[in-house]
Amino acid sequence: MAFASDIEVLATPTFASRGWVRAVAQAAAKNPAGALAGLACLLLVFLAVFGPMVSPYSPNDVNFPLLESPSLSHPFGTDNLFRDLFSRIIYGSRNSLGVGFAAVGVSLALGVFCGITGGYLGGAWDAAVTGFVNVMFSYPSLVLVIFLVTIFGQHFAVISIAIGLILTPYTIRVVRSATLAVRSLQYIEAAVALGASPLRIMFRHILPNVTAYIIVVASVNIGLAILIEASVSFLGLGVSSDTNPSWGRMLQETRNVWQQAWWTAVVPGAAISFAVVAFNVFGDALRDWLDPRLRGSR
Amino acid sequence: MGKYILRRLLLSVPILFITTVLIFAGVRIVPGDICQIVLQIPEPAPEQCAALKHDLGLDKPAATQYFRWLGNVLTVDLGVSVVNKRPVAGEISERLNTTVELAVLSIFFAFAAGVPIGVYSAMKQNKAADVVLRGLAIGWLSMPSFWVGTLLITFPAMWWGYATPTGYVHFWQDPLKNLEQLYLPAIALGLALSAILARFTRSAMLEELRQDYIRTARSKGLRERVVVSRHALKNAMIQIITHLGLQLAFFLGGTVVLESLFSLPGLGTLLYSSVITKDFTMIQGLVLVFAVIITIVNLAIDLSYAWLDPRVRYA
Repeated sequence: MAFASDIEVLATPTFASRGWVRAVAQAAAKNPAGALAGLACLLLVFLAVFGPMVSPYSPNDVNFPLLESPSLSHPFGTDNLFRDLFSRIIYGSRNSLGVGFAAVGVSLALGVFCGITGGYLGGAWDAAVTGFVNVMFSYPSLVLVIFLVTIFGQHFAVISIAIGLILTPYTIRVVRSATLAVRSLQYIEAAVALGASPLRIMFRHILPNVTAYIIVVASVNIGLAILIEASVSFLGLGVSSDTNPSWGRMLQETRNVWQQAWWTAVVPGAAISFAVVAFNVFGDALRDWLDPRLRGSR
Repeated sequence: MGKYILRRLLLSVPILFITTVLIFAGVRIVPGDICQIVLQIPEPAPEQCAALKHDLGLDKPAATQYFRWLGNVLTVDLGVSVVNKRPVAGEISERLNTTVELAVLSIFFAFAAGVPIGVYSAMKQNKAADVVLRGLAIGWLSMPSFWVGTLLITFPAMWWGYATPTGYVHFWQDPLKNLEQLYLPAIALGLALSAILARFTRSAMLEELRQDYIRTARSKGLRERVVVSRHALKNAMIQIITHLGLQLAFFLGGTVVLESLFSLPGLGTLLYSSVITKDFTMIQGLVLVFAVIITIVNLAIDLSYAWLDPRVRYA
C-alpha cells in the first residue's frame, strides 16, 4: 500500500507553488501569537529529544542545597531531595510529550480509519462506529485510564493506548463529519463513475481532503493528552518513577514542602500549562492557516 | 415529548450493556495470575486462591459468571470487596454524596463564572476586554485542575496562614464547614470548565446576536439587557448545555485527582485506594457507577435540550 506517498503527490503542489518558507513566513506575520506558539512547540520537542545534551545536571543528581529558591545556577530552584528542578523539568518533558505524541498517534490511527470508513461506507459499520463513540463518551476519561493501567500495568504502551482510546471518539467525530461533507462532492461522484474501488476513494480521494481537520484535531488532542498524562502521573500511576521524572509526578513528590518552597508547587504545573497552551494556540493557528473555512469552528 | 424521552431512554440501554461487558471482560483479561496480583504475595496458598476466585466469580464458566454478575448488578448487589470483604455497593453509596456534591458545586461555579464572562465577551467583541478575557480563558483551560488545587492550597497558607478545615464532615452534619471544605476543590475543578463554557457562550452568543429575531426585538424598542438575557442567551443556552454534556466525561474524571489532593472521602479516593490494593470487585463497581452517573447526566442534558428547544420535541 502506498497511501502515504499518494497523499504527498496530491498535497505538495499547493505548498510547492507558494514556496514552503515564504508560505510559513507569511502565515507567521499574519498570526504572530500562533507563530510564537509554534516556536514554543518546537522548543518543547527539542528539549524532549535532546534533553540529556542541554540539561545542566542529571535529573537525579543530589549534590545541591536543599530547597534553594530559584537562582542563576538553579533557574527553577531545588526540591526536597536536593535535586535541580530545571533539569528534572527538561527530563520530565520526555514522559509528558512522549506519552502525548504516542497517544495522539494511537487516536489518529484508530480515529482516522474508523471516521473515514464509517462516514463513507455507512450502514452497520457506521452504526458500530457511532456506537463506540457514544459508549466512550460515557466513561470518565481518567477512570478508564486508571482501569486499564490497573489491569495491564504501568507501562508506556498501556498508558499511551489508554489515553489514545480516550481521544479516539473526538477524532472519529471530526473525521467522520468531515468525510460526510466530502463524500457528496462531485469529484467523489466522478471517481465512483470512473470505477474506483471504495478503498481507493476513501484513502486517496477523501483522506487528503480531510487532512486539515485531522491536523487540527491532533494538535488539540496533544494538549488533552499531556493534561491526562499529568493527572495520571500525579496520582503515581504513570510511567514515571523516582529516577524517571514527569511533570505530574514532580508536583506530587514535593507535596509536603509546597508552603516552604513555593517554586516546587509552581514550576511543574507551569510547565504542563505552558505545553498545553503552546499546542492549543498552535493548533488554532494551524486551523486558520490550513483552512480558513474552519475558522472559529471550535 | 413522551415519545422522545422513551426513545432516548432506550438508547442508553445498549450503551450500559456494552459498558457492563467491557468491565466484566476487563477483570478477566488481567495478564498473569490474578491470585498473585490481588493478594500481592508471590506464592498464595491454594485455599486463599480458591476463596478469592469465588469472590470474583472466576470459578464458573464465563457466560454464567456474566449473567449472574449482571443479575446481581441489576439488584444493586455489586459483590464484596476482595480486600476487606465489605459490600461494594455499601462502600460506594457512603461516598457517592461527596463526589456528587463536589461535581455539582464545580459545575455551578463553572456556570456562574463562565456564562457571564462569555456573554460580556460577546457584547464587547474584539474590544480590549474581549481580547483579555479570551486570553485568560485559554490560560485557564490549560491549567490542570490539580495544579490549580495545589496553588489554592499553597498560597493562601503561605500568605495568610489559611487552610480549609480538616476532618471531613457531611453536608447535613455541618453545612457551613462542609462547604468550606469543598469550595476550593470545586473552584479548582470548575475553572477549566468555566473557561470552556465562556468560549462556547461567546461564540453561541455571537451567532444568536446576528439572528433576525434579535433585530426584531431591538426594533420593538426592548432594552439591550432584555434582548441579551431573555432572547439571545436563552437560545444560546441550548448550544452551551450540549457542549457541557460533551465535556462531562473528561470533567468527572478530574474528581479522582481533586479528591485525592484535598483528602475528600469520595468515589475518587476510593478508586485510588482500590487500585493500590488491587481490589478488583471494588474497581469493577466504581467504573460501572461512574459510567452510570455519566449516562444519567447525559440523559438529563438531552431531556433539558428538548425542554429548551421546542423543535426537538416535535421532530
